[in-house]
Amino acid sequence: MIILALVALAVGTYLMKAIGPFAAAGRELPPWLDRLSNLLPAGLLAALVATQTVVDGTSLVLDARIVGVAAAAVAVALRAHFGVVVLVGAGVTAGVRALGWG
Amino acid sequence: MRPFNRTTRRARLDAPGVAERAPGLEQPASASEAAATRDLVAAAVPVALAVGAYGLSYGVLAVAAGLSPAVATLSSIIVLAGGSQFAFVGVLALGGNPFAGAVSGLLLNVRYVAFGLAIARALPGGSLGRRAMDSYLIVDESVALALGKAGPMPRDPAARQQWSGEVVRRFRVVGWSVVSAWILTTAAGAYGGRLIADPQVLGLDAAFPAGFLALLAPWLRTPRGRTAAAIGVALALGLTPFAPPGVPIIAASLGGVIALWVPVRAEHGEATT
Repeated sequence: MIILALVALAVGTYLMKAIGPFAAAGRELPPWLDRLSNLLPAGLLAALVATQTVVDGTSLVLDARIVGVAAAAVAVALRAHFGVVVLVGAGVTAGVRALGWG
Repeated sequence: MRPFNRTTRRARLDAPGVAERAPGLEQPASASEAAATRDLVAAAVPVALAVGAYGLSYGVLAVAAGLSPAVATLSSIIVLAGGSQFAFVGVLALGGNPFAGAVSGLLLNVRYVAFGLAIARALPGGSLGRRAMDSYLIVDESVALALGKAGPMPRDPAARQQWSGEVVRRFRVVGWSVVSAWILTTAAGAYGGRLIADPQVLGLDAAFPAGFLALLAPWLRTPRGRTAAAIGVALALGLTPFAPPGVPIIAASLGGVIALWVPVRAEHGEATT
């Protein structure tokens, strides 16, 4: 089932990428579609951040992750490189857990 | 394949809009082959390194989320869109339905329609195989670097032909660099990640949201992006206790739809519009 879902993701993604090269040399997107495709990721990514920080199963919990993600947010504000942000998030979370919380 | 990074968003789709770019910054027409090659390598290597770091973390996290190393590697070969792959394994890590993961990934990838249309202006078309290969090479970095560095498309037909040649060459070189770096480092992370006994001890579960936060950052610097993000968070957390895993994430894409209609001041600061 995971493989099937993965193939669906792959095929759908490829089809979207292929529209330009196959069908539309030199055409522009209608402005509303351009704006929507730009804003869709904001809602999705924010939801991923929120759920992966405070959700466990179907309940909301506060644990070490929130400290790590807060530290990562500081790194983001300082415009750290992606890899640094990830390392800070994981490292601080691991540190908090090593101290015995969450 | 670092999605949504700042370079990408600046260069995205707006090659014709960067008219203010100084003409002197462009490569002179007489640039030697060697200089052109050096220039291409100089563009491709740092990108491949950045993508490699990202691929390594994807490989580790995909296995931590329950994919086998082989499937994790396969996913990078066939999907080839980093943000959506992270979203997919992120939903799996929460115990969500894989198809909910695929839908969130596809929603994240809608932007590739725009990227494909943007690069299509420079592509020569050609055989179906050529078009299929060019479609495969569409990733954030290849499109952004190719169009961003070449500047706006000139009106003069001869200059336009040279412009297209430069864009396509850069697009393919960067594209192949990114593709190979992404696949190889995914495999390295996926197979090497097995050595890690307990992902939680290393805080790997927090690596997901930290990475998504970094990807989200460019939107948080625009009013409409912040609105979309805030609505997305509210929808996702509000639905979590009631909806099956994965569904709250998909619902959060409505944040983007709603934010389109919310009046926002100081719009000129936004990346796309």
